[in-house]
Amino acid sequence: MTAKPKSPPPDSPATTWTRKDLIAIRDLTPAEITLVLDTAAAFKQVGARDVKKVPALRGKTLVNFFVEPSTRTRTSFELAAFRLSADVVNISATTSSLSKGETLKDTARNLQALHADVIVLRHSSAGAPLFLSQRLASSVINAGDGAHEHPTQALLDVFTIRERLGRVAGLHVAIIGDILFSRVARSDIAALLKLGAHVTLVGPSTLVPREFERMGVRVTHDIDSILPDVDVVNLLRIQHERQRKEYFPSLGEYTALFGLTRERAARLKPDALIMHPGPINRGVEIDSEIADSPRSVILDQVTNGLAVRMAVLFLCAGAGGHV
Amino acid sequence: MIDLETQSLNGPRRHPAPSLLLRRGRIIDPANNRDETADLAIVDGRVAASIPAGQPFEEIDCRNLVVAPGLIDLHVHFREPGQSAKETLSSGARSAAAGGFTSVVCMPNTSPSVDNPSVVTWIQEKAAREACVNIFPTGAITKGIAGEELAPIGSMARAGIVALTDDGHCVQNHELMRRALEYARMFQLPILDHCQDYNLVGKGVMHEGYWSTVLGLPGWPSAGEELIVMRNILLAGLCETPIHCQHLSSAGSVRLIRDARARGIPISGEVCPHHIALTDESLQAYDTNFKMNPPLRAQSDVDALIQGISDGVVTILASDHAPHCAYEKEVEFDMAPFGIVGLETELGLFIDLLVHKHKAIDLPRLIALLTIEPARLLRLDRGTLTHGAPGDVTLIDPALEWTVDAAAFQSRSTNTPFHGLQLKGRAIRTIVAGRTVWP
Repeated sequence: MTAKPKSPPPDSPATTWTRKDLIAIRDLTPAEITLVLDTAAAFKQVGARDVKKVPALRGKTLVNFFVEPSTRTRTSFELAAFRLSADVVNISATTSSLSKGETLKDTARNLQALHADVIVLRHSSAGAPLFLSQRLASSVINAGDGAHEHPTQALLDVFTIRERLGRVAGLHVAIIGDILFSRVARSDIAALLKLGAHVTLVGPSTLVPREFERMGVRVTHDIDSILPDVDVVNLLRIQHERQRKEYFPSLGEYTALFGLTRERAARLKPDALIMHPGPINRGVEIDSEIADSPRSVILDQVTNGLAVRMAVLFLCAGAGGHV
Repeated sequence: MIDLETQSLNGPRRHPAPSLLLRRGRIIDPANNRDETADLAIVDGRVAASIPAGQPFEEIDCRNLVVAPGLIDLHVHFREPGQSAKETLSSGARSAAAGGFTSVVCMPNTSPSVDNPSVVTWIQEKAAREACVNIFPTGAITKGIAGEELAPIGSMARAGIVALTDDGHCVQNHELMRRALEYARMFQLPILDHCQDYNLVGKGVMHEGYWSTVLGLPGWPSAGEELIVMRNILLAGLCETPIHCQHLSSAGSVRLIRDARARGIPISGEVCPHHIALTDESLQAYDTNFKMNPPLRAQSDVDALIQGISDGVVTILASDHAPHCAYEKEVEFDMAPFGIVGLETELGLFIDLLVHKHKAIDLPRLIALLTIEPARLLRLDRGTLTHGAPGDVTLIDPALEWTVDAAAFQSRSTNTPFHGLQLKGRAIRTIVAGRTVWP
């Protein structure tokens, strides 16, 4: 099945959404990103009403297929689907037949045989959502694939920036932490660059390889040099488990070199935003008080994630034009 | 008791082949510096000066065709014993014949692996019954290809292996590799090495560079190959024993081997078609038919490999024919097995890329890289059209334009990134011991 042409919702910019899937921000045009953000803004208003449900996906079935564990993203998609009146099924790796040796393709084909309209896939392998989208008529939404992309996270990040600062173009955004293994970083880089922001990646040289510069971003290993200049700091969760032992010596050293301490936060512009995709490690990548400070929009990101995911589901699978 | 002779249904060795006269072809026999238009006779399965008077013979018009020694591919995986859903000795041999190859060298990473003489004998006997081309087994360097202790190299040498290799794996213990080299010297067995440092490569599934960064796939750095190429250069020098580095993929490997050969170190290297036809950029769609080990690398690596072929640093070309079932490949990228089938696209790609497109080498040199060069390394009495040599001949139309069609492959597997590609040049008839085995 190929992409289904659909008309845009009312008051949207002069672009149309023709994708059945959302796989990667890298695939999207700036106009498509803006369309998602504008659609999300409309849905965010729905969330503030007494009756939070709209009938856009009534009768549709959404499968949250989380091969890799996740709580916040899965819950966000589930709530988004509920608010669009879809029926939702949650499947994890351990409750699916993947644990019995069934292939991803066969599991997904079974879901399609049960008439799943949307499959939201979280998978540890980069490329898995693209793989499914090429083989299924259902809409496939990437909820994070390996170290590749996490497109709805990037959309909610730029939504939050645009909501708070009024624009994205021209802003200077620092993404700090484990860039190499981060799908959030790759999606954020793509979204920010497409919308005209300047991006600086910050972190240990082992986790921020220079290859990233070819994407059109700056790379630095000196967080202190950029603090007074940035409009947004986006901190990524840092892990020091198993395979990360060779990349930096300890969490303590990481905090000393790259943590957003109170002293560092004080050197930020007064209106700079502090973001984090969560879950946060208090006292590691971010000082606990800073995480709770007024400049922190970490919980706004969570709220906005719901609206952004409603928009994505609506555009890819909803009654946006084809029912 | 099974009579091997009468069991044969389509093998080439059942009856003596009729005499053949290949008329007016361009005979290219690099071993004898021969490149001329002439007739070639094959009598009793061997190259002869002429057809004896009065003897019946078949005549083949070879005008506008190249008459080459039967091509040799010293790097294929035919999957038997143990993985016959991917390929069998029979289907692999047909695939070789369809690609113009009359002799192939099978890697030992089967199930069980070829690490003892009984498996060697099993393959030889099965190949004699079922295979339409010559199949030469290799033996593992280490037991179970586990890289821990030496396999019974002497017993396998007596059983008839032509080389030692742990291909697919790489002996990481340098001391063990040194002793294997020293021990193999007794039997004049060359060692073919898959060059991969496990620590540096880790879980890498594609070339480490810009595209692995974009795609979020674990990187396989060039240094992971070059480190072992360097190790092999040092050990080949220390032991004064040849090592052949398989499927070179990086510019650094070519540079290391160039320098070492200039110093007289007995080191050689081979290049596979995919490493000069494609780059890491082609992995953007996460298509597992572009996943191989070592991986597709950057354009600068491709350029260096072609330069190495052009200036004589690279002396052997091979396919690394690695069949896998469609269902095995149709999985998440990092879970898919490495490798592609290659025998039926190999000659076409090499003629098209090296002779026509890049003009890196001429046709006689290309044929040398696919015949006498591997024959010399493996001490095979093949790869030449000298009178008395086995009557293995490949007829090539270097100007024939054709389109790769995976569905038409003779191989049991179709895992190729080249389906639909238009190529110029291919084998049109394959002759083993005087008998036409393709088409």
